[in-house]
Amino acid sequence: MSVTLTIDGRGVTVRSGTTIWEAARGAGIAIPTLCHDPGLEPVGVCRMCAVEVEGARVMAASCVRLAEPGMVVRTASEKIERCRAMLTELLMSEQPDVSAKERTTADDELHALARRYGVRPRLRRGAARPRDDSSPVIEVDHQACILCDRCIRACNDVQHNDVIGRTGKGYRARIAFDLDQGMGDSTCVSCGECVAACPTGALVNKPISAPLRPRAELAAIDTVCPYCGVGCALTYHVDEAANRVVFAEGRESPGSRGRLCVKGRYGFDYVSHPHRLTRPLIRIDYPKRALSSEVESSRRERRKPGGIVDYDEVMPAFREASWDEALDLVASRLREIRDRSGSGALAGFGSAKCSNEEAYLFQKLVRAVFGTNNVDHCTRLCHASSVAALLQMIGSGAVTTTYGDVENSDVVLITGSNTTSNHPVAATFFKDAARRGTKLIVVDPRHSGIADHAWRFCRIRSGTDVAFYNGLMRVIIEEGLTDADYIAEHTTGFEEIERAVKAYTPERVSGICGVPAALLREVAIAYGEARAAITFWGMGMSQHVHGTDNCRCIISLALMTGNVGRPGTGLHPLRGQNNVQGASDAGLIPMSYPGYQPVTSEAARARFEAAWDAKLDPQTGLTSVEIIEAARDGVVKGMYMLGENPFLSEPNVNEVRKGLAALEFLVVQDIFLTETAEFADVVLPATSALEKTGTYTNTDRRVQIGRPALAPPGEARLDWEIICEISTRMGYPMQYDSASEIFDEVVSLTDSHSGLRHDNLGATGKLYPCPNPEESDGTVVMFGDGFPTGDGRARFVAAEHSGADELPDAEYPFILVTGRVLEHWHTGVMTRRSRALSALVPEAFAEVHPEDCERLALEEDGFVRVRSRRGEVTLRVRKSVDTQPGSVFIPFHFREAAANVLTTDKLDPDGKIPEFKFCAVRLETADL
Amino acid sequence: MISSATRARIDAEIAKYPVKRGALLPALHHVHAELGYVSHESAAAIADIFDLRPVEVMEVVSFYNMFFDTPQPRHHVRVCTNLPCSLRGARTLLAQIESHLGIEAGQASSDGRIGLGHEECLGACAYAPMMRVNDRYHEDLDVEKAKRILDSLE
Repeated sequence: MSVTLTIDGRGVTVRSGTTIWEAARGAGIAIPTLCHDPGLEPVGVCRMCAVEVEGARVMAASCVRLAEPGMVVRTASEKIERCRAMLTELLMSEQPDVSAKERTTADDELHALARRYGVRPRLRRGAARPRDDSSPVIEVDHQACILCDRCIRACNDVQHNDVIGRTGKGYRARIAFDLDQGMGDSTCVSCGECVAACPTGALVNKPISAPLRPRAELAAIDTVCPYCGVGCALTYHVDEAANRVVFAEGRESPGSRGRLCVKGRYGFDYVSHPHRLTRPLIRIDYPKRALSSEVESSRRERRKPGGIVDYDEVMPAFREASWDEALDLVASRLREIRDRSGSGALAGFGSAKCSNEEAYLFQKLVRAVFGTNNVDHCTRLCHASSVAALLQMIGSGAVTTTYGDVENSDVVLITGSNTTSNHPVAATFFKDAARRGTKLIVVDPRHSGIADHAWRFCRIRSGTDVAFYNGLMRVIIEEGLTDADYIAEHTTGFEEIERAVKAYTPERVSGICGVPAALLREVAIAYGEARAAITFWGMGMSQHVHGTDNCRCIISLALMTGNVGRPGTGLHPLRGQNNVQGASDAGLIPMSYPGYQPVTSEAARARFEAAWDAKLDPQTGLTSVEIIEAARDGVVKGMYMLGENPFLSEPNVNEVRKGLAALEFLVVQDIFLTETAEFADVVLPATSALEKTGTYTNTDRRVQIGRPALAPPGEARLDWEIICEISTRMGYPMQYDSASEIFDEVVSLTDSHSGLRHDNLGATGKLYPCPNPEESDGTVVMFGDGFPTGDGRARFVAAEHSGADELPDAEYPFILVTGRVLEHWHTGVMTRRSRALSALVPEAFAEVHPEDCERLALEEDGFVRVRSRRGEVTLRVRKSVDTQPGSVFIPFHFREAAANVLTTDKLDPDGKIPEFKFCAVRLETADL
Repeated sequence: MISSATRARIDAEIAKYPVKRGALLPALHHVHAELGYVSHESAAAIADIFDLRPVEVMEVVSFYNMFFDTPQPRHHVRVCTNLPCSLRGARTLLAQIESHLGIEAGQASSDGRIGLGHEECLGACAYAPMMRVNDRYHEDLDVEKAKRILDSLE
């Protein structure tokens, strides 16, 4: 249905339901507004957008008034302009003398109107409303607030953080945070969506790494956030003369839709940290050991206070060198080890922070030049088990649909995922869905932020996932809620599941998992009856010795109910790093070449031997934890580490330390001297994501271009160039003119990416597979018509509940669960060098249930010593009911209290992923 | 925090309304009756009970004059100083009360017993001068009567 009306004398036809404001905008007529923003629900409170409608008694607020057939609208008559001028003058009369926004980014919308209408405030009201400086990233000036409610809608309707409201009345009315506290004292998560929405100087960013300057004087670089797998599109506003990012803004994209979290908006300044490596370093201090005193031994009683690597302490062990000297040394040592001890004595760790181009070249170097498949990266530590289960059952490790597809679901299962902390922007879409009435089922031992939005929260005991989902499947089968047609048409092996889940009665499962049988039944029926159910999962599922079994269960659940291959259905393991999907696609894993072509397949090997003109190793390589073990045992002697920090990220780091120290030769290529680089023989200064061109593939399979915003510091070089240099010096010339040329080579060998080129990825990237990138955004929903398996069918694989590897006992009675916090990123190398993020969460903590605190006499903010069979750490106590009694939660970002000193390196047999989510520990009070 | 007795009263209020949040005002009155103000802890607890955002509770608390979000004196004494009361000596009466209590209007006694203030018209002009002590009116006042009333407050 369309509507035709007249706006300023022109006929305009719009869809019915369109507001006058939108209709005018579509016709190129800009109606001024303060309270309205196209991304927010209109409220019509500021009246700046008022227009005259012929025959109407009064003026209409065009942002809320719908266009009607035959309506005659005037948007800028003399009367209207007079009203707007008066309104502007009244609003200006309460403004502070200096607008914080004019002073910084110079884009205060109210001041722009004042200039337009030539308003000079004649009336002056007092400046009685306070300022609030309590947030580390946002400055609040209540006096500049015009109560337009844009921040309130941004906080509550866009990000669903539900922090901002308005309190008081009359002149005292103002925006307020939670219990009318300071912003920094409230539960505000510093996403900055309110600042992005604010039209005045009431909410402005604080400077991060450079003084804020007028937007017009800065270069705007459209790129992608360097942090998590959500891959938010953003724009860095750059002071080119100072070579600094001044501020970041979300950018419209079909995925992230302009939203950002605290890391993306305020966490970019690590790239300008004085610790950046600017020249190659060669070690002069032997024998090798950890150089920072507090990481030397976790058993030392007195540790110095925490923090990142202390350069004063570490740098004397190295001397600066020229690139030529450093690269020659790397090439000759690696070649010498290969020639003396064989290819298997070399290994490489890439990183999920690498671009597709870097990941591809790195694995090519290891495979074609080192001559081994010993190449892996941190995907091994996050979704290796998910990928193992997905490949086995549906023939593809990538997500079957996007996170945004949740808008088509009526049931959402989120399991083992602390989404609000680890995928904050994806979480906003799940919260959107919950608000609309979609049933969110959250299954997790820990009550994380997303559980607040759940329709039902099933708090299972740690490590009992298989039992829970087998129970769920039993109920679904019993209630006749399976999709028999789908099972018959698209799957094999359903009988195996029917047999396996028989023993998992709700009552038995309730006993194992600690979830009431009635709740299990209710959730099973909701999932089974769903028109479209979608499943998202994270490390809570994957990081177990039965991680692959966990994933098999949720895949079976989706298959038996036909919840794959239609809009709003699917399987989505939420990818952690910005390019964990892409790095795996590009072959940065020991079992396959780019595009998951197995190294053990003759055909695949022949294809790559021809393409690379090299003899390739037919043996599957070692995985990351296995490589560290092999280093400890002297089997792997030389390693090339690109952007990976296993000293903190791998389990049981005391053993990792032995492995790193045992290496004959270690070259680390990174932007900072990491804990791992303390063991290096050569350290090569690399470039950050903000300094180079490359493509990154997000959790949705969206391949996006990252563009350089800054010049690299000192002599730091592009990562792909460094790889080429090493390769060439090892006798295998690699020569490329640009990242784009490398990408073309990746695409030529990766069928799922065919058709993609840097120059057709567009502003917001493409979802692969994307056969027609010129016209389409790519494929959202996969496998509507079968699976990439031999017979086109998915295969059910049953699993039995087996429990964790190291169960609590009398000596070690607590369960340790490791994880992350919103403000920090993995081993903290980046985020702990970000001023804002480090200020928000400066130190490590152990989250303990209040009942356990009472029993053990642990005080909030006091210290607790956490001891496992492998080591101990001492850290602050944070009381929280989010952690179950009998469990302790520790984020693994903090070197001085590294959670991975405690964790077990027992592996899942299929995914080879360690059990980060479960080991037995003891808690003791500690004085520090 | 909210005592179990107050919680029971709040639950009884909730039962009266078709939509839970309809009982928010009565619930805040019960909290006020118990604590004398709505503390941050009790506002957070109320938000929890009513499935509201904490700031939504504060929006209501800060809108109404009868709710306080900081600790209050045990008794609110308000002397009407509008025209009819003033014609019948209210201003003198207030001055005498101020010197009797040793505090000025707008202040509270240091023992937290009495908070003193002005009041706009409470519609008791026929019995001026008058004052309100918490929810009770005291009318036809003279200074001796007012002192007796004030001294009897605990």
